[in-house]
Amino acid sequence: MTLHKGRGFAAINYPIGMNLGGDPSQALVHSNPDGKFTVALSAIDLGQGMKSVTRQIAAETLGVPIADVYVDTADSDTGPHDMGSFASRGTHRMGNAVIRASEEARQVMLEAAAEELEVDAGDLVTDGQGNIHVRGAPSRTITTMAASQAAQFKQGRTIAGRGIFLVPLSDVDPETGEMSPVTTFAHAAMLVTVEVDDETGEVAVTDMQSAYEVGRALNPKLVEQQLRGGAWMGMSHAAWETTEPHYPARDHRPEDFNTYLMPGPGDIAPHHISILERPAEDGPYGGKGPGEMCANPVLPAVVNAVYDAVGVRIDELPVTPEKVLRGLQANGGAKPRQAL
Amino acid sequence: MAKTPVNFTLNGSPRSAFAGPGQNLLDFLRREVGDLTPKFGCGQGTCGACTVTIDGATHLSCLVLAESVEGRAIGTAAGLPDGATLDPLQEAFMDHFAAQCGYCTPGMLVSARALLDANPRPSRDEVIEAISGNLCRCTGYEPIIAAILAVAEGRARA
Repeated sequence: MTLHKGRGFAAINYPIGMNLGGDPSQALVHSNPDGKFTVALSAIDLGQGMKSVTRQIAAETLGVPIADVYVDTADSDTGPHDMGSFASRGTHRMGNAVIRASEEARQVMLEAAAEELEVDAGDLVTDGQGNIHVRGAPSRTITTMAASQAAQFKQGRTIAGRGIFLVPLSDVDPETGEMSPVTTFAHAAMLVTVEVDDETGEVAVTDMQSAYEVGRALNPKLVEQQLRGGAWMGMSHAAWETTEPHYPARDHRPEDFNTYLMPGPGDIAPHHISILERPAEDGPYGGKGPGEMCANPVLPAVVNAVYDAVGVRIDELPVTPEKVLRGLQANGGAKPRQAL
Repeated sequence: MAKTPVNFTLNGSPRSAFAGPGQNLLDFLRREVGDLTPKFGCGQGTCGACTVTIDGATHLSCLVLAESVEGRAIGTAAGLPDGATLDPLQEAFMDHFAAQCGYCTPGMLVSARALLDANPRPSRDEVIEAISGNLCRCTGYEPIIAAILAVAEGRARA
């Protein structure tokens, strides 16, 4: 038995969102009488941080403290329309819709404040701490709560905003086939190190070095969390997860956690992550979507690393011990690429 | 068939409830007792989401007959906070972003607490072994291991 070490590299471009008939997201923002704001979305937070990031975006755009914003994703029946949380589109699509809705609500809030302060709304600025004041004259001030209450109880004004972000359907040029299905790409590069056991065919990922370009990392800790977990899932897809084989019949296929394998806490590889920030022109505050692209580069990198280690080119995922052993047999043994 | 009264303690408080014939402890805790922190993942003892302690030792509550906990002390993630004060492990899980969807988190916390109660200064390998029965789909495990080690090494927020 020999353990063969190999390194593999892969780089990807990953499109943000999808475009199979237009890709819209809507957001509604309104103030409550206590001066706090509610953002209504129908795209859900399944742990990736949708609520945190749209809350940051709304607070930044409204010019109010983040504690004054509540994001409600409770009900897609009664909420504004959204295509959903998938295709790595959440931050980009929902974020842009939230900016537009927040801008409209902010404008009404400033008009309400202007009426109370007897000034022009165009002369007002927010300090992000819950105050609105006249530019250059901080003593001419009103709290966002007082402005909201004046709008609600005195002026009869709704501080609210609507926002939609739509990437329209891109027609295909019948002559050239040219189209613009996406507006933004995220990018990633990954270098993995593997050890391949030429007796058992087992592949262990021992190290991952990555660079992910995510636009602006609106919440760096959430981005890192998603990249770390997603790369683990990529490693799992590359070398573990499968419902095959099912010899001799389909009812022998893996169908529970005993037989559908994933790397456990003892199988993880150290992952060194570099986050590159190149704010996207059409992204909310430059953000893209670090969703699925965190897993994608791991798969080709692992396949390349196995080729580097033992000279076996696997063309069907995952890289199971069976496939490695069949490849080794076909090649007449391990042929490390460095030795070729 | 008749239901069986079961007397036990849950996170230190005496409790009584009726267990149905063949009802497992997970279902019993969630439906009859009202503690929703143990989660139903696989129902066959392979995912760890339902992990609880019985007399201090970790058990998969989906594989335990509810009637068998008569007189025993059950511990769940609901017992970790002291009033409004979170357990240091809960603080560390937040600080290290050790949860995403959160479904595995109560089971992870119970396994981690049981480890630290028995072995306050575990090595990394001991932490890995202690949570190896708890599956996580989101985090890649590293943030969870880091959070537990932070508490073990006294680096976590007090």
